Amino acid sequence: MSAAIVFGLCGAAAAGLGLYGLIADPQPLRKIVAFNLLGSGVFMVFGVVARRGAASGFGGDPVPQALVITGVVVAFSATALAVALLLRLFQVTGSATLNTEEPAGMGTDPADA
Amino acid sequence: MTVALALEMALAAVVLGVATWTIAARETFAAVVGFVTYGLMLALIWVRLDAVDVALVEAAIGGGLGGVLLLGAAARLRVTETLAATARPGATVRVGAALLSATVAAALATGVILLPDPAPTLAPAAAANATATGLGNPVTNVLMAFRAMDTMLEKVVLLLALVGVWSLAPDRLWGGYPGPRHHADPLGTLAFLARLLPPVGIVVGIYVFWTGKDHPGGAFQGGTILAAMWLLVMMAGIADAPQVSSRRLRIVLIAGPGIFLAVGLAGLAIGSAFLAYPVAYAKPLILGIEIAMTLTIAATLGLLVAGAPERSARQ
Repeated sequence: MSAAIVFGLCGAAAAGLGLYGLIADPQPLRKIVAFNLLGSGVFMVFGVVARRGAASGFGGDPVPQALVITGVVVAFSATALAVALLLRLFQVTGSATLNTEEPAGMGTDPADA
Repeated sequence: MTVALALEMALAAVVLGVATWTIAARETFAAVVGFVTYGLMLALIWVRLDAVDVALVEAAIGGGLGGVLLLGAAARLRVTETLAATARPGATVRVGAALLSATVAAALATGVILLPDPAPTLAPAAAANATATGLGNPVTNVLMAFRAMDTMLEKVVLLLALVGVWSLAPDRLWGGYPGPRHHADPLGTLAFLARLLPPVGIVVGIYVFWTGKDHPGGAFQGGTILAAMWLLVMMAGIADAPQVSSRRLRIVLIAGPGIFLAVGLAGLAIGSAFLAYPVAYAKPLILGIEIAMTLTIAATLGLLVAGAPERSARQ
């Protein structure tokens, strides 16, 4: 078992955890955090692919490494846009929920029963 | 099992523990603190994967700027938390989500274990063509020359994200100042650090950019450090964010992708293809683009964290 495999499995597990949080957590901000976790897990798996491609005196294949750098920056800009949308939703409605029902109706949500 | 492998397994276990905390923590603020820790630990994994360039980006963006952005949002949305938590989905949804996530994770893990051996790699091709640019860092070569199209489009994505954030301003505040005006105790720790760190941080940022041509570093990493220094000064209330209608600011914002595009089109006219650099001038051209990009990245990232305009221009 090599370091690449260990970190590859770690990335797979992080992606799974992120996916769970994305679906199961009702709060939009927590969904954004979970989505970033999911993305970072995928990046980690890609990093393992880069590490295994080590050749010609390089510690890893520079092409996937460069793509991950681009990916991290794009993920950050998407996160910033999502957070700005959420803060605007909060400013306009006074709440930060994806629930389309009236806030008063939420206490009787059948999921709580 | 070697000592190094044991340490790597421990590192992976800690990272997964922090990731679990990020999902399971009751309070959003605590979860975000977990996410920042996760980003910093992840940077260590990237070092172990021999990707120091990625480690720098992950630490600066995943741990640093992303943390500031999410912590700020968590603090402002704290009042909504108790109400939002009541909308927790039922047991069926949660079990279904757990099953789906476990399946996806298992599929990814299987993919990792079954990766082909020997692994396909473009490293020899990158090494063979390194002389064409005169740069010693293979990742910078890929970013600025071999896959320059990705990097240029990514600059455009950053700009579009910023336009998206700004467009969320109410009409009457359009062109105003982004985010709330920050006030900090002028004799407090934050104001002290905001005066002490930027001179050092600006030099470090420029160094990280400059050394990126031959060693780990580059425009992204350096630009992110510069953005962090700018944000520190803004958050300590020492300087305000610029008005988003400022012409000088907008010139800085389009300088990076603009110069990149101009060089790319010149490559079409003079050289052989779009974004093809004449070999004799490849290094100065790439460095010129990178200088503009570093400034643009610093300004764009800082303003993305600062948020949509919330104060009118006349205020």
